[in-house]
Amino acid sequence: MSERKIRVLVAKPGLDGHDRGAKVVARALRDSGMEVIYTGLRQTPEMIAEAALQEDVDVIGLSVLSGAHMALVPRVLELLGANQQEHVKVFVGGIIPDEDIPRLMEIGVVGVYGPGTLTEDIIRDVRSAVIGAPTA
Amino acid sequence: MSLAVQVLEGNRLALARLLTEIENNTEAGRSALNELFSHTGRAHLIGVTGAPGTGKSSLVNQLARYYRDPPEGGTRRTVGIVAVDPSSPFSGGAVLGDRVRMRDLAGDPGVFIRSMATRGSLGGLAATTATIVQALDAAGFEVILVETVGAGQAEVDIARLAYTTLVIEAPGLGDDIQAIKAGILEIADILVINKADRPGVENTERALRGNLDLAHPTRRLMNAFETGHHGASVRKELPEKEVNHELNWSPPILRTIATEGIGIAELKGEIDRHRQYLVKTGELDRRERARIASELDLMLQATLVQRWRSSIPDDLYQQVLGQLVQRSLSPWQAVQVLLAGGRSK
Repeated sequence: MSERKIRVLVAKPGLDGHDRGAKVVARALRDSGMEVIYTGLRQTPEMIAEAALQEDVDVIGLSVLSGAHMALVPRVLELLGANQQEHVKVFVGGIIPDEDIPRLMEIGVVGVYGPGTLTEDIIRDVRSAVIGAPTA
Repeated sequence: MSLAVQVLEGNRLALARLLTEIENNTEAGRSALNELFSHTGRAHLIGVTGAPGTGKSSLVNQLARYYRDPPEGGTRRTVGIVAVDPSSPFSGGAVLGDRVRMRDLAGDPGVFIRSMATRGSLGGLAATTATIVQALDAAGFEVILVETVGAGQAEVDIARLAYTTLVIEAPGLGDDIQAIKAGILEIADILVINKADRPGVENTERALRGNLDLAHPTRRLMNAFETGHHGASVRKELPEKEVNHELNWSPPILRTIATEGIGIAELKGEIDRHRQYLVKTGELDRRERARIASELDLMLQATLVQRWRSSIPDDLYQQVLGQLVQRSLSPWQAVQVLLAGGRSK
């Protein structure tokens, strides 16, 4: 049967080695019926953009705990643009100081999630970013 | 410009989109394939299967590296990879993790990796994997590696799809009884014992070899029961010149350590040798024909069922289903009623 599946790339750019959060999110998205491509630790923005292209994903979730998000996230967005993949929705999770969030949203990030976020909120936001918000 | 033309021109984004259309079984995907089908049939299709955790993804990674950059300086081949992981039977979601082991291949435009979920199929591949492979073939990838889900005993669809099937084993998984069961070992063109630095590798190899000797009595290795001092049987080999290697294939058993790249050159050599055997014996054409026939049959079945289902009124279906649930009809009677009802309408 033809059924549209939401495809999500979960990636950890940069050098920090803590992927528990990324795995929790990957698992939660899986349990909500999405197909999650998990690429593992220490990815460069180039590797992430290439995987996003080959896998034709709808969404990218970037997990950064190293503090390098203001260098890594804009670079991923830039590469997505260069690949004509501006339609891909980018979410960021991890340790992101509040003062950086407006700048990230300004360059095109759809949502930023810190510690304590409910996975239900992430699932809802991802789904509505791809399919469109449910009309309440 | 049509999607198909863009794919033929080497547009990777168009290829990625086409693969999505195929997976979602859309009209756009089907019409692009109509245009592309005449460009397929050139790639060598290699299947990689075996139990979870035996190192399939790592071996695929190493093989792809080898094809891209042969250390002995041979021809560089472009490589397409299709990696299949299971969908959840409950949520329909999936975590596709095979790329984790394939990071060495990042940044190489001669490689294209696509992960896919089984979406309910049980044979080790997704229903659309064969079609995904066709698209990569049409896009010009010369070697296509198809990695199945972690397979146990019955996930043997890959043998219908691939020309050369590698079955990956690892030391310490099961005994010689596992080795004589029907199923996955029977489909191996090449047997690989990965993680060969682990203890127990000799036992694994002995069990596999014993099983092969049972299955291929005409092989070069003959068991001649000479009565030795202890009545032990002694293995004898036919003289090399009496064996026609070109017309017989018995699966070789290789040892590899994928994480260190050990044994990969030998594995690639055996894959080449198997390809030559397929070509020389006409087996390649036979397999190709059987493969296309099975795809045609599956497609016919699916289309006929769909067409017939849409021709019977849903209330009739629900009514018969109700009777079935109440046990007033048997499943076979229900089928008869529906078939008759479908025709009279």
